[in-house]
Amino acid sequence: MTVTQEPETNPIGFGRMQRKEDARFVRGQGNYIDDIVLPGMLHGAILRSPYAHARIKSIDTTAAEAHPKVKAVITGALLETLGLAWIPSLSADVVAVLATDKVRFQGQEVAFVVAEDRYSARDALELIDVDYEPLPAVVDAKRSLDPDAPIIRDDIEGKTNNHIFDWDAGNKEETDAAFAKADVVVTEEMLYPRVHPAPMETCGQISDMNKVTGKLTIWCTTQAPHAHRTIYALVAGLPEHQIRVVSPDIGGGFGNKVGIYPGYVLTVVGSIVTGKPVKWVEDRSENLMSTSFARDYHMHGEIAATSEGKILALRTKTLADHGAFNNTAQPTKYPAGFFHIFTGSYDLEAAYCEVTGVYTNKAPGGVAYACSFRVTEASYLVERLVDCLADELKMDPAELRLKNFIQPEQFPYTCKTGWEYDSGDYPRAMRLAMDIAGYEQLRAEQVEKRARGELMGIGISFFTETVGAGPRKHMDILGLGMADGAEVRVHPTGKAVVRLSVQTQGQGHETTFAQIVAQELGIPPLDIDVVHGDTDNTPFGLGTYGSRSTPVSGAAVAIATRRVRDKARLIAATMLEVSPDDLEWEKGKWFVKGDPSTAKTIQEIALAAHGSMELPEGVEGHLDGSCVYDPPNLTYPFGAYICVVDIDPETLQVKVRRFIAVDDCGPRINPMIVEGQVHGGLADGVGMALMEVIAFDEDGNCLGGSFMDYLLPTSMECPSWELGETVTPSPHHPLGVKGVGESATVGSPAAIVNAVLDAIGVRHADMPLTSAQVWRATEGRPFRTDLAIE
Amino acid sequence: MQVPAPVEYERATSVDDAIAKLERYGPEARLIAGGHSLIPMMKLRLARPEVLIDINDLTDLAYIKREGDELRIGAMARHRDLLESHVAFEYYPIFRDAEEVIADPVVRNRGTIGGSICQADPSEDLSAAFAAVKADMVIQSSSGERIVPNPEFHRGPYTTAVGDGEMLTEVRVAIRPGCGSAYEKVERRVGDWAVTAVGACIQLDGDTITEVGIGLAAVSAQHFRSAGAEDILRGGPATEEQFAAAAAAAAEGCNPSSDQRGPADYKRHLARVLTLRALRRATARARGQEA
Ligand SMILES: Cc1cc2nc3c(=O)[nH]c(=O)nc-3n(C[C@H](O)[C@H](O)[C@H](O)COP(=O)(O)OP(=O)(O)OC[C@H]3O[C@@H](n4cnc5c(N)ncnc54)[C@H](O)[C@@H]3O)c2cc1C
Repeated sequence: MTVTQEPETNPIGFGRMQRKEDARFVRGQGNYIDDIVLPGMLHGAILRSPYAHARIKSIDTTAAEAHPKVKAVITGALLETLGLAWIPSLSADVVAVLATDKVRFQGQEVAFVVAEDRYSARDALELIDVDYEPLPAVVDAKRSLDPDAPIIRDDIEGKTNNHIFDWDAGNKEETDAAFAKADVVVTEEMLYPRVHPAPMETCGQISDMNKVTGKLTIWCTTQAPHAHRTIYALVAGLPEHQIRVVSPDIGGGFGNKVGIYPGYVLTVVGSIVTGKPVKWVEDRSENLMSTSFARDYHMHGEIAATSEGKILALRTKTLADHGAFNNTAQPTKYPAGFFHIFTGSYDLEAAYCEVTGVYTNKAPGGVAYACSFRVTEASYLVERLVDCLADELKMDPAELRLKNFIQPEQFPYTCKTGWEYDSGDYPRAMRLAMDIAGYEQLRAEQVEKRARGELMGIGISFFTETVGAGPRKHMDILGLGMADGAEVRVHPTGKAVVRLSVQTQGQGHETTFAQIVAQELGIPPLDIDVVHGDTDNTPFGLGTYGSRSTPVSGAAVAIATRRVRDKARLIAATMLEVSPDDLEWEKGKWFVKGDPSTAKTIQEIALAAHGSMELPEGVEGHLDGSCVYDPPNLTYPFGAYICVVDIDPETLQVKVRRFIAVDDCGPRINPMIVEGQVHGGLADGVGMALMEVIAFDEDGNCLGGSFMDYLLPTSMECPSWELGETVTPSPHHPLGVKGVGESATVGSPAAIVNAVLDAIGVRHADMPLTSAQVWRATEGRPFRTDLAIE
Repeated sequence: MQVPAPVEYERATSVDDAIAKLERYGPEARLIAGGHSLIPMMKLRLARPEVLIDINDLTDLAYIKREGDELRIGAMARHRDLLESHVAFEYYPIFRDAEEVIADPVVRNRGTIGGSICQADPSEDLSAAFAAVKADMVIQSSSGERIVPNPEFHRGPYTTAVGDGEMLTEVRVAIRPGCGSAYEKVERRVGDWAVTAVGACIQLDGDTITEVGIGLAAVSAQHFRSAGAEDILRGGPATEEQFAAAAAAAAEGCNPSSDQRGPADYKRHLARVLTLRALRRATARARGQEA
């Protein structure tokens, strides 16, 4: 890994500093959902379907109820009486909490047992007798629309197929015209297979309904506590002021912990039924088999260009596999998320994107996993297509990209599918990455190696992200606008607290947000408490995902802090008996222009604001400020990635030798945290490109339901990352920052795949590029990675 | 958290005590050594023993030593012990090769040699390594000790010659002069089970192969072994042509099936490539050209 170069300091503001939260994490003193124990707490376990598709003929719970330690057995029939058998999904559909009529994917929730301990709850599951009538399943999205495909959603009135939506963006006619006049058109079928966020900590919830006060307290592994509370209020009819959602320390989210899972609702029902707190924490297989997956996009991509390599247009027709319920998380307007940013970093004449969503007998969810709402798929598609074009034109892929980039002076740039890119300098980032890599030497080395029969590949990916959702006029989730609040208060002694709506899952919010306040107010980060993850103690907002915390809440905090500073100026003016206009700000104090020694520090001002001094006209006491930030636009981080692989010519095992990542996410608040985010995302990329996949066999059995089957990369598969940076601030963000949480996950898979295919001289093969798949690719027979290998 | 079904637990104090307990509780009792195979199966409720008999106190079975002209490995030696054993490496570097690619350090710290081969997973690496070196397995019961030569030990996937009321106590490998051995494995990711793995052991007299063993894991080779490839090589010269013919025979003679680790044709391809590599390396070691 890249070693931190600058000495570590305690900056008052932006800069490298150790994460405040790590003191408790490295001592094993984090407080995760499963660490929480309440008096009298009961434990839940979920009975899940062994079938991918089956009619439920009957459920007999008598024996389970007779278990001496079982307190309640909840089935879909009971939920029906409460109106909770189905709940609204995040995408205008419904999701079964417990199956009533049919099970629609392997691992679907069928019954919930509440018992005195988790062992008894698990034992009692085996005492429930479910009579299933198995039905044919469809797990291949490409066959889901066949006339003879089994209809999965017969619960939807009049549904006679597995079609969910058709959606398009861009201009079809202009795109067709650009393709018609092109010298070269390259077409490729690509699958971005189903992968899973696989956070180390699985999902779980404790619900405690206090029958006396009527208050429901929920501890949940959620990335979006406020959204959860409002949804409970809307769906279950519980009064919102009587619900408190607490999100304790979270062991990784990656989008997996955005939505509301049946298990969560079941703990609420379990607590209402038993009058006791009920805890449910899923196991690893439950997490992998039933919670939000990511991707599963079958993409038909086309790229049109002149024979000189000027890219004219892009076109895609994509089949989106949404599983058994359409429960993907994305702004309402965009059923395919932000996939139509597949125009990437290139200046095109036209682009057209068509997406069809379908149901299959697979777990629902989707979009999760560091995806920026499908930018991952989009970026992979365009970066693969550009390489295919380079191959067709026999052009160097770096040169082809440099020839087609949107140029710095073209920003703000509106792409052909409607996104307004805020700022960028793509050639600079690309050249820096090539310099770090020693691109020319690498190509020379490759030529030599090829002559000796050795396989070495160099892969490039240049991505543009679109993050920080988003402007209220365009973006909402379940009708809730995507604006976030922040509150800053300076205590009398000059320490401060900042309250956030967003929720960290390991990204270091307690440090980053303290540094933002520090930068704006001059109070040391260690003197600033960051409060988050508790709806009773924080302002409303939609939570952390899609790299939105710094772009949205970071702006809210900056503005709230500036409001504090403005108020401090008025108070300082009174203290110094001058006009506010005579004061100038220097980090940490207001001083009289031309007389820096006549000054009041923020700490002095805070005490005065709480003291007995007469305050200026119109200024209330105390020192605080707040803001609800409605982002005017998204932000567009970008980066240039270069990967070098060596491949064993006989076994076709891939070794990632080097990975160069130049990221531009605007100014870096804490470069160390940014690098950590990039490292993690790059490792993710290695996983997805080379080993991760959730495949299904013909009967709908999930073939990725444990860590023995679902492989995550280890340090042994990762090279020592070589990072670089350029800084192009966002013009519309108060701090110029753009967000970085997902950049590396979005950008890296294509670089690795491009490198592998470059090494073996094959135009395309689908991820994951296991040695088996690479061998088959060299034989001209790559297999379907989303199905059982035959 | 995955939770096993209810189970009773006892600790054995000696081999005799373990065997007595096995007899007392009958076929629903299981020995537990490192637990790295048994516990995961119990958590998934694929295994539901009624009684676990813990043999971790039988530290007197944790040896790896030379006795006469045999290398002797106690059933309770851990993967890590074998990985780090100088005496094992001196005579059979194949074990270090294999141990370097078995699981991960956490599993190797606990998992035992006895547990591994009694588990008899078709992808088990040590079973292939022991097939290559033609080890003998020592099995004990209340009526005494019996020695089962390697090919007869494995009765099919997950089944061995160890019967009710018996336990494996030791593995014995004859020390052969002029012998070289090596292990080659392809895995999807570090710590994963083999896609295919091959172990080879070659004994040379000058340039003539006097004895040879070829063991294969994860490709459904009968008894983890390629007798056909061994027959081609035995008594002949240690040449590339011979190795190529043996590698082809090893690939031909196994019976891999497709699964998420890879399609059968790839596994068969690997059986050939890895047999060739293992033979080359084993030969180089026999000639003292490589450690
Ligand atoms: C993550 C992971 C990765 C792995 N990767 C690999 C790999 O790459 N290659 C590989 O070969 N293996 C691999 N393994 C398997 C590992 O080598 C075995 O799980 C382990 O070493 C078995 O030994 P144990 O002592 O843990 O056996 P246990 O789990 O304790 O027992 C296994 C079985 O053997 C029986 N048993 C144990 N000792 C005796 C005895 N003395 N006599 C009779 N019966 C006995 C038990 O009753 C049980 O049925 C992996 C395991 C894990 C968990």
